[in-house]
Amino acid sequence: MRAIQILVDGFAISSLYGLAAVGFTLIFGVSGVLNLAHGGIMVVAALVGWLAAGELGLGTYGGTLVGVLAGLATAYATYLVVVRPIQRSRAIRPEETEIFVLTGTLLWGIMIQGGMAYLFTDNPVTIRPLISGVVSVFGVRTPANEILIAVLAWAVIGLLWLLVNRTRTGKALLGASMNPRGVTLLGYELTQLYLVAWSIYGVLAGIAGVLLASFLGVSTTNAGQLTASAFSIVVLGGLGSVSGSLIAAYVVGYLETATAYLIAPTLRPIPSLILLVLVVYVRPQGFLGRR
Amino acid sequence: MAFLRSRLFWIAAAVVVVAALLPFWVSIYLLSVLTAAYYFGVFAMAWDLLFGFAGEVNFGPTFLIGLGAYTAAILNSTVGLPIPLCVIAAALAAVVGGILLAVPALRLRGPYFGLVTLVAVLLLQNFVVIFASITGGEIGMTVPDVLSIDAGVNYWYALAFLVVCAALLFGLSRSAVGLILQASGQDAVEAAALGFNVTKHKIAAFCVSALFSGTAGAMLIFYMGTASVDTVVDIAIGVQIIIAAVLGGRRTIIGAALGAVFLILANEFLRPLGQLNTFVVAAIALAVILFFPEGLLGYALHRGERE
Repeated sequence: MRAIQILVDGFAISSLYGLAAVGFTLIFGVSGVLNLAHGGIMVVAALVGWLAAGELGLGTYGGTLVGVLAGLATAYATYLVVVRPIQRSRAIRPEETEIFVLTGTLLWGIMIQGGMAYLFTDNPVTIRPLISGVVSVFGVRTPANEILIAVLAWAVIGLLWLLVNRTRTGKALLGASMNPRGVTLLGYELTQLYLVAWSIYGVLAGIAGVLLASFLGVSTTNAGQLTASAFSIVVLGGLGSVSGSLIAAYVVGYLETATAYLIAPTLRPIPSLILLVLVVYVRPQGFLGRR
Repeated sequence: MAFLRSRLFWIAAAVVVVAALLPFWVSIYLLSVLTAAYYFGVFAMAWDLLFGFAGEVNFGPTFLIGLGAYTAAILNSTVGLPIPLCVIAAALAAVVGGILLAVPALRLRGPYFGLVTLVAVLLLQNFVVIFASITGGEIGMTVPDVLSIDAGVNYWYALAFLVVCAALLFGLSRSAVGLILQASGQDAVEAAALGFNVTKHKIAAFCVSALFSGTAGAMLIFYMGTASVDTVVDIAIGVQIIIAAVLGGRRTIIGAALGAVFLILANEFLRPLGQLNTFVVAAIALAVILFFPEGLLGYALHRGERE
């Protein structure tokens, strides 16, 4: 009984982790950027979505849409205000760009967190469930919303798979992650590909943020934790590998849920952190990493 | 260059003298802010040695600081060791912890190394909460002994500590070892080809960084009289240290200390802004990174060289 409970509960949270991590790994794969403002973008989507759904009276669905758009806008701002100026700066030596992007996005994330805390306070907000009711799965009473979230997350991941593997732009993105120079030689503008990648990322992070708000609730203080968990899932799965990130998301999600149910809820993050350290030492490229 | 260096030395000496005289005419409130800022300066300098010179992004400076601080606090409150012994034990604990972290972690490159150091902080934070019976958990613990109850004396302790650490670290960074570290940070392959043991030097840098971080962490808790996760372990503290060092100028050591004092003072003076405070401070730091990537002191020094 308890095992089924863990299986069902872990599934929804894991698919959300996966959704959030896929965007993170996509940006790294295509443009080599580790975006430490990731959690901030998710928080913006969640808070704006909550505001639109409640105060502005757009309802849950309208709020969700507005929240995703807000996530997209924040992702663009991250790229245009922080990442691109650093990548193009002549005062920063090429071998140091990575460190500067890390520090820059970290600061940007703090700015987002501080600004959002000012506008929305740091109380947690919860968006109303997309659908109400309780369903019994293998004898476990589960909110229908939780199932819908898992389904939505997988639908989005499926769409992303189609986009990357079945369309011209998607294939160009794939190419850019393997060999940027080769793609340029084929006549693609790298800058535009980067913009496409950041758009996809913004939408993914936005959806993940809004869904998280309707599942667990989100507050501005979560931003750092959200970045850290996406970062560790992506490293666990292998930087730049989408399927690796998905597997890692489930490993982490289930490990956390099992710890919370079987040992103690306070120990929730510890086993996955230890696993992360072990994997990084033994196999730095992660489960499915190329490098 | 020799002229510039000696001029810098005289400027530094003048600044230290002025700083030492502050307790005679500055309010106790400002003194206590500066005291904390000086310990923060040592954290930032220790971080700069690792980042600016060895080229390793340590996202977890607070792992080393927290190890030192909690070792000192636990020894003082349970065994009742006197303060000097506690500080020495804290330094040792931080170095041992640093070695345990660095030896395996330095096999990793760039973001992976950063991630492991970040995870180390998260683990330490969790363990402090789990072993709440010894560490006081989320509330923190009170330390029975304090350095002094006089604000002026506390201030002088902090200033003296900062000046000694700055001299040692600056000297180290300008020595042959510092040059080798800088070479390993910029091009590890070439440094190794020149016959230097890159890993050994980086581990040594980590140990030195840990030594200073741990000692400063212990001094800080004996100044404040309490040790808690929020003041010595939390990732937010680590982020502040990183901001301070980058703001002041990487690869300058002294710049990191100036950045820390600037950051703490800015935080204090922007306090009326309430929650916008962090936003403004982060925005200033981001602007510095975008427009003066060498940091404030680095920018000033380079202008001085060009003229």
